[in-house]
Amino acid sequence: MTQSVVVQVGQCGNQVGCRFWELALREHAAINKKGIYDEALSSFFRNVDTRGGGDGADIYRGKICSLKARALLIDMEEGVVNEILQGPLRDVFDSKQLITDVSGSGNNWAVGHKLYGCQYQENIVEKLRKTAEHCDCLQCFFIIHSMGGGTGSGLGTFVLKLLEDEFPEVYRFVTSVYPSGEDDVITSPYNSVLAMKELNEHADCVLPIENESLFAIVNKIHQMSNCGKLGSTVKHNSVVTSSRGSAIAAQEKPFDAMNNIVANLLLNLTSSARFDGSLNMDLNEISMNLVPFPRLHYLVSSLTPLYTLADVNVPSRRLDQMFSDAFSRDHQLIQADPKHSLYLACALLVRGNVQVSDLRRNIQRLKPCLHFVSWNQEGWKTSLCSVPPVGHSHSLLALANNTCVKPTFMELRDRFMKLYRKKAHLHHYLHIDGMEQSCFAEAIASLSDLIEEYNELDATKGGPRTDPSRLKIAV
Amino acid sequence: MSIVTVQLGQCGNQIGREVFNSICSDIHGTHGLCSKKENESYRAACKERFFCEEESGVPVARAVLVDMEPKVISQTLAMAARSGCWRYNDGSHFCQKQGSGNNWANGYSVHGPRHKEVIMNLVQKEAEKCDRLGGFFTMMSMAGGTGSGLGAFVTQCLRDAFPTSFILNHVIWPYGTGEVIVQNYNSVLTLSHLYRSSDALLVHENDVIHKICAQLMNIKQISFRDVNQVIAHQLGSVFQPSYPAECGSHYSRNPLGDLMETLVPHPEFKMLGLRNIPQMPENSLAYSTFSWPGLIKHLRQMLIANAKMEEGIDWQVRPPTLGSCSHSTTKPLHFNTSIANLVILRGKDTHSADLGSFQDPSLYTSWLNPQDAFNAWKTPRAFNKYEKSASLVSNSQFLLKHLDSVVGKAWNMFASKAYIHQYMKFGIEEEDFLDSFTALEQVISSYTSL
Repeated sequence: MTQSVVVQVGQCGNQVGCRFWELALREHAAINKKGIYDEALSSFFRNVDTRGGGDGADIYRGKICSLKARALLIDMEEGVVNEILQGPLRDVFDSKQLITDVSGSGNNWAVGHKLYGCQYQENIVEKLRKTAEHCDCLQCFFIIHSMGGGTGSGLGTFVLKLLEDEFPEVYRFVTSVYPSGEDDVITSPYNSVLAMKELNEHADCVLPIENESLFAIVNKIHQMSNCGKLGSTVKHNSVVTSSRGSAIAAQEKPFDAMNNIVANLLLNLTSSARFDGSLNMDLNEISMNLVPFPRLHYLVSSLTPLYTLADVNVPSRRLDQMFSDAFSRDHQLIQADPKHSLYLACALLVRGNVQVSDLRRNIQRLKPCLHFVSWNQEGWKTSLCSVPPVGHSHSLLALANNTCVKPTFMELRDRFMKLYRKKAHLHHYLHIDGMEQSCFAEAIASLSDLIEEYNELDATKGGPRTDPSRLKIAV
Repeated sequence: MSIVTVQLGQCGNQIGREVFNSICSDIHGTHGLCSKKENESYRAACKERFFCEEESGVPVARAVLVDMEPKVISQTLAMAARSGCWRYNDGSHFCQKQGSGNNWANGYSVHGPRHKEVIMNLVQKEAEKCDRLGGFFTMMSMAGGTGSGLGAFVTQCLRDAFPTSFILNHVIWPYGTGEVIVQNYNSVLTLSHLYRSSDALLVHENDVIHKICAQLMNIKQISFRDVNQVIAHQLGSVFQPSYPAECGSHYSRNPLGDLMETLVPHPEFKMLGLRNIPQMPENSLAYSTFSWPGLIKHLRQMLIANAKMEEGIDWQVRPPTLGSCSHSTTKPLHFNTSIANLVILRGKDTHSADLGSFQDPSLYTSWLNPQDAFNAWKTPRAFNKYEKSASLVSNSQFLLKHLDSVVGKAWNMFASKAYIHQYMKFGIEEEDFLDSFTALEQVISSYTSL
């Protein structure tokens, strides 16, 4: 069994990360009734002997003593991390896993990347090494951050580069929250584009998330729960936005609902690697199957179902509905419509009581309405995990490498250019040591190249299929 | 003689377990509708072939389990032990932590060399436990990373370490609409490499078995377990003991050798397909009766028309009339030409079954004597509760269309260079791909010109 380490950077990263750890504990508590430290738990948690006080030795078998998250919490201001340490998750984190500062990054990518990066490089590397040493077989780093600010965006991408240098064989999955159009941080386009260049070059897989989509999903669930249709009460602990039922009774804060969605995304992504199933899918398979060309590693994700109804007599029509929903634009975690764009590859990670015949039936049903690239007409990667998420009997996570990410990137580029043309706010960046105008030029070029690659693929959509001629053999 | 099974990857291990289950339940289930003496000698032959006796009395399967991640092997070992009637040897398994990531190159170039010694040691130990080693039966899928890549490497090692032993590879062809996106690449690389080291490839296609489960077995929600059980039944119907000659007095001592001898006369033609009838849900068995003429007729038409199961056979397809000079122009479309066929009959009154129709020369290519091209094995001992069952192992154009389609899709993807960087990371270059494509185009061309 392999281990994964979560690196949460910045305010957004830490808030989402916090939700992730809580939901992970809830999930394992629901399955692991006997309190034995098993392989599934070890993928994200260490079992530490704290009886002697402080940081004891790791216990690899037997009863759970004290679980510690395999995580690194990084923030350049103390507020968020302090809150976590005073909150119900304080025992899950080791003080040695934190890197904080006081003044924050002022929503400035250059401050996060160049200034703090340089300052904290050694510290970060040391703590990463320590965390890696506790792992028997480290497979993957999960980075959680936002793109629009200073710390998550700047320092987060600096850590990404460090991970590539220090641990080249370990996969790097990045969950990035992209700023929306009405973001209140004026310089968010600069920060995002500068960060994009780093993601293009150093990440194995990126899961872009947009707040607007999360918000829409939260609203949808609200409406559903409150509309009071007779006989359709929603099971509260099943709602993808809630953490009800977790052992830690926390007060739900404003962004919590949205962050829970992202936390659930990460849980479902790793479920097949942690639990049993008839068709397993490990994390290294995600990158192998969904990334046909090194730079096109942006995966659009969607989670279904969003909630389960308390009504037990649910016909299997619901199962098919789950598959249909996964492809609808309302369920995507970015503002995109994959159905009308071109698929390069698609992965379906199914959890719970679903068999291969259900999977195949739905793929056959949905295939005709989706456009796949000519050289990957049957590009489906599937996995079946037998353990369903808490509160559900089955669930589906769909990951798509689809050209529908292009509009998001194009909008980002437009917003960037609006500011850049006027050289607005540039001086805040340029006076940081190591930052030059060329950094901006390179970053926007990198983004433009990426968009161009997607354009080229889109151009092949719907065109006549000319298969390349096969090798001729002399008989 | 004993057969050592090597189970590779998730698929190989899951199916392997079902095969041993099926064999065990066959020998313990019924008395097989034959005399006690017959039954005893069947059981003894089966046990020698697949199991090793232990002091505790629970037979231990002659198998080595290999996987690059631990979950499936632990599950497999546990389920076997729970059955109570057989188990795996505690020491005969090898696993790692990280898996192969569906990457053939990872399985072949990284895991293979790294773990060669340990794996071959396990195989050597199992081989030494056999009084007489009859050969190796490796089980794998083509779509993933371990079964396919590591499987190809292990087969090569087996060939190097045991140059005179028979090696039969059981290969699972994945569903056409993806289980794994790079499955066509993995399949092309696997098949081309296996062709060099293996004696024969026995293929099962997931799509076909799935249809059997849906239409013949009436299973509503088909799981991989159901699919694996049908595959296990079909394999059991071939490898359980039977008499190789018309008036043989012993059960075949050399099952793999006999199989190869009858079916693989030429090294260019190694792909074997398997058909087994009848196939039905267990609770329908009591209400059904079969006759040998009926079964044989169906099986023959399944061979000629390349039907995958008893339902939906195209009865319009007929063999070409003898005496026509140029084969390729006068041969009717969809007619499946064979190189060699083997029919195995199990159950009541097999001595009365007439297999003359299978010796019709028009079924075969011209360069083999029809007497040599067809063989039959029989046993009066019924298999797995089926009063009569007939299996066909065929070296024919069965898999040609499917092989051609897989190579075509892989070539299409290769032309756009998609995913190649993932293989190059582990040492498989474009040239290696081209070599594999060339090898398979050769195989396709050979089978087409039959």
